[in-house]
Amino acid sequence: MEQRTLYKKKTRQLDIIAYGIIYFCAFLSIIILVGIVGYISYRGIPYINLQFLTTESSALKGTTGIAGNIVNTLYIIILTLLIAIPLGVGSAIYLNEYARPGRLVRLIKFTTETLSGIPSVVFGLFGYVFFGTTLKLGYSLLTGSLTLTLIILPLITRNTQEALKAVPDSYRIGALGIGATKWYMIRTILLPSAMPGIIAGIILSVGRIVGESAALMFTAGSGHLLPKLGQYFEGLLKKILQPGGTLTIELFLSMEKAKYDTAFGIAFVLLVMVLGINVSTKYLLNKMNVDKKRK
Amino acid sequence: MNNSFSVIDNNQSKEKIERTANIIFAICAFFAVFAVFSISVYMIISGIPALYEVGIKEILFGTLWQPNAEVPSYGILYVILTSVVGTLMAVLISVPIGVGTAIFLAYAAPKPLVSIVKPAIELLAAIPSVIYGLIGIIILNPLMYKIELILFADTPDHQYTGGSNLLSAVIVLAVMILPTVINISESALKSVPEKFADASLALGATRIQTIFKVILPSAKSGIVTAIVLGVGRAVGEAMAITMVAGNNANLPLPFNSVRFLTTAVVAEMSYATDTHKRVLYTIGLILFAFIMIINLILNKVMKKGLKSGTKNSL
Repeated sequence: MEQRTLYKKKTRQLDIIAYGIIYFCAFLSIIILVGIVGYISYRGIPYINLQFLTTESSALKGTTGIAGNIVNTLYIIILTLLIAIPLGVGSAIYLNEYARPGRLVRLIKFTTETLSGIPSVVFGLFGYVFFGTTLKLGYSLLTGSLTLTLIILPLITRNTQEALKAVPDSYRIGALGIGATKWYMIRTILLPSAMPGIIAGIILSVGRIVGESAALMFTAGSGHLLPKLGQYFEGLLKKILQPGGTLTIELFLSMEKAKYDTAFGIAFVLLVMVLGINVSTKYLLNKMNVDKKRK
Repeated sequence: MNNSFSVIDNNQSKEKIERTANIIFAICAFFAVFAVFSISVYMIISGIPALYEVGIKEILFGTLWQPNAEVPSYGILYVILTSVVGTLMAVLISVPIGVGTAIFLAYAAPKPLVSIVKPAIELLAAIPSVIYGLIGIIILNPLMYKIELILFADTPDHQYTGGSNLLSAVIVLAVMILPTVINISESALKSVPEKFADASLALGATRIQTIFKVILPSAKSGIVTAIVLGVGRAVGEAMAITMVAGNNANLPLPFNSVRFLTTAVVAEMSYATDTHKRVLYTIGLILFAFIMIINLILNKVMKKGLKSGTKNSL
């Protein structure tokens, strides 16, 4: 007999199966992450020590160290940000505050999106041909940074735009209303209010730079030595025009040479960096949202 | 006098600053246009010569890749096929899992679980691709080798790859595009108006029925966007699969050692010269063309999504 009651709800078999599949999918994603992080830590941590982190590899002493690659990575991060932040933030300010909607803005938006879709190998080839050969910069940290600028530009532009959009219009009206010029308003009101969002974008870009490898192979090259300081530290500047491999490149090279211990050591260092970057971006974005709610 | 309190004078200098600021920001914004334009031009300029030198037919439809032989041969048909087949396989694996996880995050999971799974997926997206490659070599390849030994025990003419094959590369790619698929699908699912779900539930449908029959179809264009973005990432990935795929230009069968468009460039760029190098540029150009096509599709899909999105909210 068919029962018609609200209390004895029929559970559909299919629903249970569907729930099972959905939970399994999520479980799989987690397992992959835990597996990767766990395995890298398991293989990498035993290899981390002071010598590994603070010296350069020496065939003479038979020691391995990644200090040179860490310094190269820092060089690339700083150089790239120095070029990309003004460009990216400027572009976002233009798109958000100056430009009127139309063909032009659509073109800029389309190219910015295109830029974020181009694979890093293509950037690598372009950097090699344009910055390396045409501009005669060769394999150097500068070539690498210029190439990476193109990669992180969309990230910075997009995040700055989001942050600027989140600034309430009353701020703009208020500032302009008491006689501030546009640039003065941007400088003193908009940019400070949008700062957490902009910084979040910058940190995300640092993450991108740290993880990038294909674009750097043919542009920045693969040195692993620390910069020679020279008499007046001029060596630090000269290094910009010399080749140098970042951590990811060194990881790739040690993988090719089947030096897996070094590879896992570097992988662990990279993971820690990426994790730190992730957490700090989250913190900043949260802060921005809280600020927004308060307003 | 210099320190006059003239309103007009002050305004003029201010106006100058204003105009300069405007121009500088416009230049910054144009940099992206300029960059995409010059990348396109340079990729075409450096990619075309080899097509004439070797012959379009020989490059695009030749199957033999022997750049270092006495009579070099530069056929990249298998390389192109590998990129296409490998990408499609990776997407086929990744999309169901990704959409499933997105449903989990958007509708099925209790809050505390979401707050664990979501950061985990963000972290997954941030892991550098070389690390995926490392894991692939150390864990996936030996596993594939074991499977290979069992599967091909009876076929003596099989070329053993030691586990570096298309399947390994596909799995690595699938994992790498998973975060993209999950994130975009999740936001697509979340942007479906709540009243759709409410109406469906009120009519007596179960949550699962609502998710699969109401929410998923409404989020279709967003999920298509996720898939296209996933395809773009998979086509462009290089470092993670260079070591894992085996790197011989073979027909893309699961247990063959294969070479992708990206890995061909990465593997040989460092020592290639003359014609060989120019052919690598051509490969880069083909890759670039693929990505541009994907971008255009993406643009179309997103526009359509926006339109149907506004319709939904009406």
